[in-house]
Amino acid sequence: MSGEAYEKVKKARSAGRYTGIDFIKGIFNHFFELHGDRRFADDSAIIGGVAYLDTTPVTVIAIEKGHNARERMQRLFGAPNPEGYRKALRLMKQAEKFKRPVICFIDTSGAYCGIGAEERGQGLAIAENLSEMMTLNTPVISVLIGEGGSGGALALAVADRVYMLENAVYSVISPEGCASILWKDSSKASEAADCLKLTAHDALELGVIEDVISEDNMDQPEFFAELRDRLLSEIRTLRADKQLLDHRYERFRAFGRSE
Amino acid sequence: MPFLKFLYNPKNELESGGRAVAPIQADDNEPEKECPNCHKSIPISRIWANMNTCSCGYHFRMSARQRISFIADKGSFEELFSDVTSNDPLKFDGYANKLETVRAASNENEAVICGYASIGKTRCCLFVMEPNFMMGSMGSAVGERITRLFELATEKRLPVVGYTVSGGARMQEGLISLMQMAKTSGAVKRHSDAGLLYLTVLTDPTTGGVTASFAMEGDIILAEPDATIGFAGARVIEQTTRKTLPKGFQKAEFLLEHGFVDAIAPRRYQRSLVAMLLKMHCGGDEL
Repeated sequence: MSGEAYEKVKKARSAGRYTGIDFIKGIFNHFFELHGDRRFADDSAIIGGVAYLDTTPVTVIAIEKGHNARERMQRLFGAPNPEGYRKALRLMKQAEKFKRPVICFIDTSGAYCGIGAEERGQGLAIAENLSEMMTLNTPVISVLIGEGGSGGALALAVADRVYMLENAVYSVISPEGCASILWKDSSKASEAADCLKLTAHDALELGVIEDVISEDNMDQPEFFAELRDRLLSEIRTLRADKQLLDHRYERFRAFGRSE
Repeated sequence: MPFLKFLYNPKNELESGGRAVAPIQADDNEPEKECPNCHKSIPISRIWANMNTCSCGYHFRMSARQRISFIADKGSFEELFSDVTSNDPLKFDGYANKLETVRAASNENEAVICGYASIGKTRCCLFVMEPNFMMGSMGSAVGERITRLFELATEKRLPVVGYTVSGGARMQEGLISLMQMAKTSGAVKRHSDAGLLYLTVLTDPTTGGVTASFAMEGDIILAEPDATIGFAGARVIEQTTRKTLPKGFQKAEFLLEHGFVDAIAPRRYQRSLVAMLLKMHCGGDEL
């Protein structure tokens, strides 16, 4: 359906949407933020810490875009630097040590694009998260709540379960970037969005995510309560899985498999 | 690179010349190519005889097959998974035609060539990416071939040597391309956890999703002189930040300075260097 995909892109980017902080506040109790990657700095685009999910201690990591212009500037528009990914990995390793499940909320147009990011090894930081998450011996659940921009999103989404909100998008490249490379015309972003199959329903069809989360009652308190129940029940299932890491490997191994 | 000098052994078969796929004979009418660095016009046969480098040190890009002939022991390369090809999972507008055109023009059916090889008599699994196939972009077939190679190497307990050149993930395969980053990283991790060596040689250009996955996951990372290596494209960074990029930004030497590669390896030393490192990791206690 022409144009529909790009409408989703606009919704995913819209300023009125819940951000990472809203999900943390809505779902968890006693969230305590832990700062810094212990290497270089604390990245404000990624929030991480410990919290209770009902009565279960968990590690929560969220990419935060901010609600207004000032917050958005301070959060670098939700584009993490390498130290953000390294902080996330530090907290995930900590979760593994203390046998806590990890829950990630993802909302980014992509990893930060800048001189410092390259100087500090953006590519390596993402690569390390991909390989370390693959063998992280504790359940990992990722929820795409807005934009899922390429490697910068995947670096928190090598998980046992991946969910997307109904109006979230997940893509290897922004539709504008795709249009300008393919057709030298970034105004054809809408056509590119259709081609890229980046909506939650497309991702479900491709097997990239387990389920689409409806946004029908997003302004009601039940929205977060239902999400909390779903996370709890999945964590129970994943904790009982004796071959968790083999299943995680197979989950990703299946994409583009040929025998 | 004086510290590499001791590796340069002219008696090595690598240095004997004639390792090119089809050596071009020098003659009066042969075409010349201008070096983008020193702007001299050089006869093609001379470029080939120097492993596709100019006397000024400039490294031209080269095809995967040519690299294999330079790096692998003569007759040792045994290609694997050449039947694994992309099947246009998104039915992306124009992609099927593009694949057909590129296959015809490059004479390859995908952007990476994998196989068994020996380098300096040490057996290994080798992958070499192909710049002439959609600039080495990673779609499902590239991801599948590399994943299979690491799984095979883990099973056979062999080291992996990989030459990267890539513009990143292949956008025409959308999320399936993106997932190849996780898939290949998983296979590299299993190989690494089995105690096996993975050595990468980053060549010009290695960027995007390949940098952010298997290119940077090597135990030892070498880079060709002056190769562009990075995550985001330099032009995009310049446009986004409106800042002038520092001199040599994202070049191999810049990465060495910032601690992201182990050494710069000029092409003519590569084979003896890789051979020595392989032997050091897989050859036991005998020198």
